[in-house]
Amino acid sequence: MSAVTSFPADARPLLEVRQLSQVYNLNRQKLFAPRPKLKVLDSIDFSVRPGEAVGLVGESGSGKTTLTRMLTGVERPGDGQVLYDGVDVWTGGEAHRKLFRRSVQVVLQNPRSSLDPRMRVGTSLLEPLRSLKIEGDHGTRVLEVLDQVGLDKNALERFPHEFSGGQLQRIAIARALMPGPKVLIADEPVSALDVSIQAQVLNLLKDLVRDLGLSLVFIAHDLSVVAYTTSKVYVMSSGKIVEVGKPLDLFRTPQAEATQALVGAVLSVEAGLAGNALA
Amino acid sequence: MTISAKPHAIEVNNLVVSNGDVTAVRGVSFTIPHGGRMGLVGESGSGKSMTALALMGLLPMGWNTHGSILHDGVDLVTQSDKALSSRRGRTLSMVFQDPLSSLNPVRRVGDQISSVIRRHTGADRKVAEAQTIELIKQMNLPRPEQLVRAYPHEISGGQRQRIMIAMALACYPQLIIADEPTTALDVTVQKQVLRLLNGAVRDRGSALLMITHDLPIIAAMCDTVAVMYAGRIVEIGPVQEVFRNPRHHYTRGLLDSQPTMDNIALDGSSRLVSIPGMVPPLHSLPTGCAFNPRCPAATDKCREIMPELGSDGVSAACWHPIRLAGEVAAQ
Repeated sequence: MSAVTSFPADARPLLEVRQLSQVYNLNRQKLFAPRPKLKVLDSIDFSVRPGEAVGLVGESGSGKTTLTRMLTGVERPGDGQVLYDGVDVWTGGEAHRKLFRRSVQVVLQNPRSSLDPRMRVGTSLLEPLRSLKIEGDHGTRVLEVLDQVGLDKNALERFPHEFSGGQLQRIAIARALMPGPKVLIADEPVSALDVSIQAQVLNLLKDLVRDLGLSLVFIAHDLSVVAYTTSKVYVMSSGKIVEVGKPLDLFRTPQAEATQALVGAVLSVEAGLAGNALA
Repeated sequence: MTISAKPHAIEVNNLVVSNGDVTAVRGVSFTIPHGGRMGLVGESGSGKSMTALALMGLLPMGWNTHGSILHDGVDLVTQSDKALSSRRGRTLSMVFQDPLSSLNPVRRVGDQISSVIRRHTGADRKVAEAQTIELIKQMNLPRPEQLVRAYPHEISGGQRQRIMIAMALACYPQLIIADEPTTALDVTVQKQVLRLLNGAVRDRGSALLMITHDLPIIAAMCDTVAVMYAGRIVEIGPVQEVFRNPRHHYTRGLLDSQPTMDNIALDGSSRLVSIPGMVPPLHSLPTGCAFNPRCPAATDKCREIMPELGSDGVSAACWHPIRLAGEVAAQ
């Protein structure tokens, strides 16, 4: 394992979207009028460099989840490009598509619903290797990944209901790591977890970025959690990227209205004790 | 605003909630004076929601309550279902976590509020409807006359939670229990709803029991706090004292695991202090202090004897409480 703590500032983005737009058709409101349209993503530019941890924040309905669907290749963009390693994932050919599918993995919000309750953890962990048709010594790989997320090997024989939320989220992270991805996309990975467990999972994600040289896209609504894990934050509001910057700069001098609203919404124990949290 | 002659809005003594197999709440005592605000913090499985449901008399089938819950001159534990039902919404009421699943989806929100008023005050339909509109206005909701005719699915999450708060406050209850009232809401709406709840509770002189796992909310809303772990209160006291100088190692751990501006600002490689391990399942609690497997200060004594609140001269259930500078252990 090599420690990747810094990277050249001009490094080529590993995962990038350019001028991405997506329009959804809404339900018909009038019988003869055309169906109304909703622009969920509007000319989005977004990039992650190798080994970089990037945050994506915004209110619900701002388009974070749709952008995640684009970044993982689940949904085809209406307009614009999704590039992995400089090649378009939708027009770059079968071989590149396969590489992209292996290299970008996702961790979802609630591990209780993202892990199959009837599948042993060991089987769940092997699932990505099977579906992505990855050859090799799967047994060794499983043990290696379990070690990376800090779980014991007797977890393999057990079922999801036997674990606590924090352990399940580690298992979900382990499953995402199985194919040896370059980019990990985490969609609200700690908001379903208990406070004392959140810190463990945040620290784990931070360690993985450092030890494995992973790129991380961290999606959340809580600015302080994102600021803790990432070095660059994109702020989304109604389908647009309204501000990009270092987390602390965004915190101290928020420019866009959406950022100001998010910063203003952060409650802290200190402000509460001083009596001005709800002012 | 009416203050009854009774000393407390609620007084809970040695509350135990169990279903025969497991005990979710293992001897909890606290009092909230009239107009007081207490926060109950804990992780999932700590028994905080079961405590609230026991106070409301809304425990799921098969769970029963021991101990006493004194409220408005009666012991709620011994009250009949009918008597409890006439209290709910009148002298004590509750705001639930998810308004979408606690509002009736097939009734207009206005009707749901006014039926609470009609049931408990005997007001006629016209009067109750006028009061409902007045309440909705107080909740800073737009166009109250139209909003009363809306169904829950037609309004936003923040609006639904305000309707729930309006319903809970409709009859000027002595105690309002709010169980994670803002967890289901968007962050930017959360603060507005808290501010509103804060003001509305203050205006009515009601007492508030705020149940949450979110320490900043407690700091902003409450004057006392009780920290629950594995069915027991492990530390209790004024918010200012407990949060500034926590005595229990669990409270310290919770405070340290909050990402804040300060612990990020140090440098990019900062790490959060996390509590190792996990919350023990209720059916296999460790002997002695339930926190001992995760505690940095645990000794043999902690593994054998369960500490009580105040065991060692402080308001924490701990054999080795965190000492302030210059303080010596009371032996």
